[in-house]
Amino acid sequence: MEVVGKSMKRVDAYGKVTGEAKYANDLCPKDALIGHVVHAAIANGEVVSIDISEAEKVPGVVKIVTCFDVPDIQFPTAGHPWSVEEAHQDIADRKLLTRRVRLYGDEIAAIVGVDNVACERAERLLKIEYKEYPTFTEPEDALKPDATPLHPDLRPTNLLVHTSFKSKDFDYEKAKEEAIKKYGAAHVHEVEGEYQTPRISHCHLEPCTSWAYVDVNGKVTVTASTQIPHIMRRVIAQALGWPVGRVRVIKPYIGGGFGNKQDILYEPLNAYLSIVCGGRPVSMDMSREECISQTRTRHAIHAKTRALYTTDGKLLAREIDALANKGAYASHGHAVAAGSMGVYRNLYHDEYGSRADISTVYTNCAPGGAMRAYGVPQAVWFADCQVDDICHKEGFDPLRFRMDNCVGAGFSDPANGITYYSYSMKECMKKGAEYIHWDEKRKAYADQTGPIRHGVGMSIFLYKVGVYPISLETSSARMVLNQDGSIQVELGATEIGQGADTVFTQMAAETTGITPDRVYIVSTQDTDLAPFDTGSYASRQSFVTGKAVKKCALELRNRILDYASYMLKLPVSELMIHDNNICERIPLDGAEVQTDLSAGNGYGYIPDGSRDENGVYRDWLGADMKKWDIDDLPSGKWSILRDTGKIFARPGKVLLSLKDLAETAFYSLDRSEHITAEVTNHCKENTFASGCTFADITVDMRYGKVRIDHLVNVHDSGTLLNPQLAEAQVHGGMAMGIGYALTEELLYNEKGRPLNNNLLDFKIPTAMDVPDLKAIFLEMDDPMGPYGNKALGEPPIISVAPAIRNAILNATGVSMDRIPMTQQRLVAAFREHGLI
Amino acid sequence: MYDIEKFYEAKSAGDAVAHLAADPNAMVISGGTDVLVKLRAGKGAGCDLVSIHEIPELHGVDRTTDGTIVIGPATCFTDITNDPIIRESLPYLGEAVDTVGGPQIRSMGTIGGNLCNGATSADSAATMQTLNARLVLQGPDGSREVPVTEFYTGPGRTVRKREEVLIAILVKPEDYIGWSGCYIKYGKRKSMEIATLGCCVRVKLEADPGAEKAAGVSSSEEASGSGFLPGAGYVLGDVCIGYAVAAPTPTRCRNTEKLLTGMKADDPKIYDLIAEHVLEEVSPRDSWRASRDFRIQLIKEMARRALEQAILRGTGKGTPGASYFSPVELDEMGEAGGQVWEAEHPEEKEMPVYKKDGEVLNGQTGQVIRDTDKKGGDQ
Repeated sequence: MEVVGKSMKRVDAYGKVTGEAKYANDLCPKDALIGHVVHAAIANGEVVSIDISEAEKVPGVVKIVTCFDVPDIQFPTAGHPWSVEEAHQDIADRKLLTRRVRLYGDEIAAIVGVDNVACERAERLLKIEYKEYPTFTEPEDALKPDATPLHPDLRPTNLLVHTSFKSKDFDYEKAKEEAIKKYGAAHVHEVEGEYQTPRISHCHLEPCTSWAYVDVNGKVTVTASTQIPHIMRRVIAQALGWPVGRVRVIKPYIGGGFGNKQDILYEPLNAYLSIVCGGRPVSMDMSREECISQTRTRHAIHAKTRALYTTDGKLLAREIDALANKGAYASHGHAVAAGSMGVYRNLYHDEYGSRADISTVYTNCAPGGAMRAYGVPQAVWFADCQVDDICHKEGFDPLRFRMDNCVGAGFSDPANGITYYSYSMKECMKKGAEYIHWDEKRKAYADQTGPIRHGVGMSIFLYKVGVYPISLETSSARMVLNQDGSIQVELGATEIGQGADTVFTQMAAETTGITPDRVYIVSTQDTDLAPFDTGSYASRQSFVTGKAVKKCALELRNRILDYASYMLKLPVSELMIHDNNICERIPLDGAEVQTDLSAGNGYGYIPDGSRDENGVYRDWLGADMKKWDIDDLPSGKWSILRDTGKIFARPGKVLLSLKDLAETAFYSLDRSEHITAEVTNHCKENTFASGCTFADITVDMRYGKVRIDHLVNVHDSGTLLNPQLAEAQVHGGMAMGIGYALTEELLYNEKGRPLNNNLLDFKIPTAMDVPDLKAIFLEMDDPMGPYGNKALGEPPIISVAPAIRNAILNATGVSMDRIPMTQQRLVAAFREHGLI
Repeated sequence: MYDIEKFYEAKSAGDAVAHLAADPNAMVISGGTDVLVKLRAGKGAGCDLVSIHEIPELHGVDRTTDGTIVIGPATCFTDITNDPIIRESLPYLGEAVDTVGGPQIRSMGTIGGNLCNGATSADSAATMQTLNARLVLQGPDGSREVPVTEFYTGPGRTVRKREEVLIAILVKPEDYIGWSGCYIKYGKRKSMEIATLGCCVRVKLEADPGAEKAAGVSSSEEASGSGFLPGAGYVLGDVCIGYAVAAPTPTRCRNTEKLLTGMKADDPKIYDLIAEHVLEEVSPRDSWRASRDFRIQLIKEMARRALEQAILRGTGKGTPGASYFSPVELDEMGEAGGQVWEAEHPEEKEMPVYKKDGEVLNGQTGQVIRDTDKKGGDQ
């Protein structure tokens, strides 16, 4: 490939570096009114009354609405594709403002004023009367019989959903009996473990923000910092009880989301406030405090586990019982918890099978929603704490144990049929171990004494791409040829900082033959203009939207060639587009194809990872290249080479420039044609990405400090679309993983009040806390990916925390079972073990 | 937007005091890094502000002829750290305020505000305690001088009256000449951090008449494995220990200081002694930010580390981390802000100098370098 796979500079680099790129709040008119939310000062109870008489008198206050005024409509907020089957629809448990207070700070009223000072002054004059109920912020308490159900209209108790997944006919005790029969009681051992993960906040750079007005055509128009403009449009319509067509959402550049903006936050309320103010623009710019405690969090999950294994290191059976803290509202419902359990089970192979039970439980705290890797960091924390606890107890080498027991090549998830095509889990481990000098360091770090200790640890992960077949995967793309031979690319998929616009530009260029500098991607999604796409989440866009881009580019290319054929009076089969020109297509003969492919000259080559150690092409490529038929060529990178004709041909003489073609097509008196293409791609494919983290650390036990000396992530994400962006993505995820491991945790007091909803006390790592990070990639062409690519956006965070934890275990012999492994928890644990 | 009713930019300290006295709704603002944060949270909303930020005489660091260092309270942290007098004579203070927040905050926040805010967690607090700094407060009825050790009355509270303005922070020559010190900020991360605990230990090393100074390596070398303790050939002539966040207000540990005074600087016992005894002089609280148990562990451990660094800096000889590490391999661990102190021999370093009573003195050790009367003087 010529453009895909190169480290092309970001298309938005200059705009973002110079500050010229416009974000949602930059676009807000200066005279917009301010919408200010009044938050409940209790965590569980009811609003009995709100007296606004004094507050209304404050100069500058335009409108006050309370929970007693808003429409009686409940709506869902999850950024999921809508399901037409009622049973699969997201839970509708929100109102614009609520009388029933379910978490501290719940939205009970809103003040619209000319500035924030007027709003804040008015807020202080509100007289609010509450009826208070006992608070519960932990699922264990929320499930007690005397706990008030938070959503009695939807669930009789605080249990949202419970699921149980297990291997066919699996029973742990039965497995134990059978194993003992087979291996002998002396050779079958068992570990039990209890592991916990915290509630954390996304801490995207740009706070959640939106502004809304009613346009002259009667449409309420909301400009928002969101990952999911088309879904937001549907939810705002649901919340207002308006038809979808009367809602318009505009998504400009956004400063990160990490899943928090894969949910609907204050935007429906913002639309409502504009409507009740006669359509005037109203701005709702959340404070950082609100962003942390009033939006969404990563689910805190508490799990009890058991595992059975043989004394020579073979996993026999595992089971897990977990409680996920949902918080006060369903948001993404049980999807995160359920997904988490799937990965726990799939990551390792158990001879007798496994079982995973999890309950998602409503509590009085910030709702758990989507966050980078959607439940999988928790799953891997449970699985890989457990594996290292086994290894530590038995003296197994954790690398060898994982090599022997991890998910195997060709694995297919029995629950949904997702298959691991381009397998390289073990290769990833090998590369990581080499980089970190695993064997040497495990040896060197044995039998340490003193207050300073070193350790190496590792963890592995598995991650599917997008949501098919659990949910709908659909995406549309539009391309329009301009008079100068350049094109616009319009997508419903969103750039959220990850580089989507850049890789889509590369894809469009690769497939059309138009150079990237002439591919103009429309970065803003305006639901009145942008084709439909569900948005940025699940590491799906480069895979799912990528397929739409490719399909659309092929269609555009065909239309261009069709017009070229008309102009040049040559058959389409003799033409190709290359470097903004219509060229002669020179077919390659069989021998030449073979040479060409192996040489890797850009017109088709065999990627390194496609051969096994003996130089034999892997199964899915077919054992013998020469026998390939054009239609039998595998998908992935190969298909793009095939589809663009590059695999069997090369460009010859230039016949016509695209500019001349476009100009003629526009203005020809003989045949005027505005060349565009628009497609929908309903994606029904999926695959697994995988990888691992290795950490080399130093522990200062008396200080409770962990210093990360070396940290490496190895990723198998198929063909890299843009290596530099990929590396940056991995670095960001690793830094986030360090925070997850050591410092981040959203805390509440016994009254359910958030304690640290600010960036001083919610400790995300700073640049000074993050060591030099290493990213290694194994590029295997995945047959499912449009360009051989697969998920990369979320995976980098997954295995960092357990790798650091396992390094601490290696260094000190202490198993830390709860994230974050704060200095205080480390000191307490070292003291408990008599180490300090 | 902040909820501020009126704002006045004072022209002089007297002007500020007059405006504060005339307006009971007014309070002082300088860098604003504490006041604006409180206002944003609705505390003091609707107030009037009198700014002392543009008053020239409140900025900068100076030294009087008797050697007293005068710190202008409106000097921002960055300027304190980079000030030549601070670098020469109070490097540990420059190091302490260099741990405040991040670069932006350090260029706005002021040393006076750090004291007047009254927080036990202030990054300059522990060091100021050990310096016996004297604070000059100007009020409607004139000026008064308050020792920093008597300045705090409780969490967020000081003896400063609302209409008083801190106009100078004084450090006497006897409190810094011949002293070396170290401030350690313990945080949960390396920057943008509030201290979980802060500890400053300063020592005044005196030559031990009984020791063979030239050897450089003492009996402690064997005691601590591959490293050797600093301080061979010296005794602890005087010691000052200050803490932040170890009690509701910044604290001094005077009894421990007395216990250590006179001991050999390379005696390994001093480290257990300091760790054990400081606990009797602090009262750390149990909070969600840090448990009492955890803070106690830090109080002990930081005292050891700060003491060792202070002695190391005073002598330039010894292995960093020798008192608590084995094998020795300390780098930035435990040092907030990732600062690494490179042990150097004093004589190899170009020593800062200043003049006192006609003599040129070494700014850190106080030793007479040369007699300016004889040499004509170049200061």
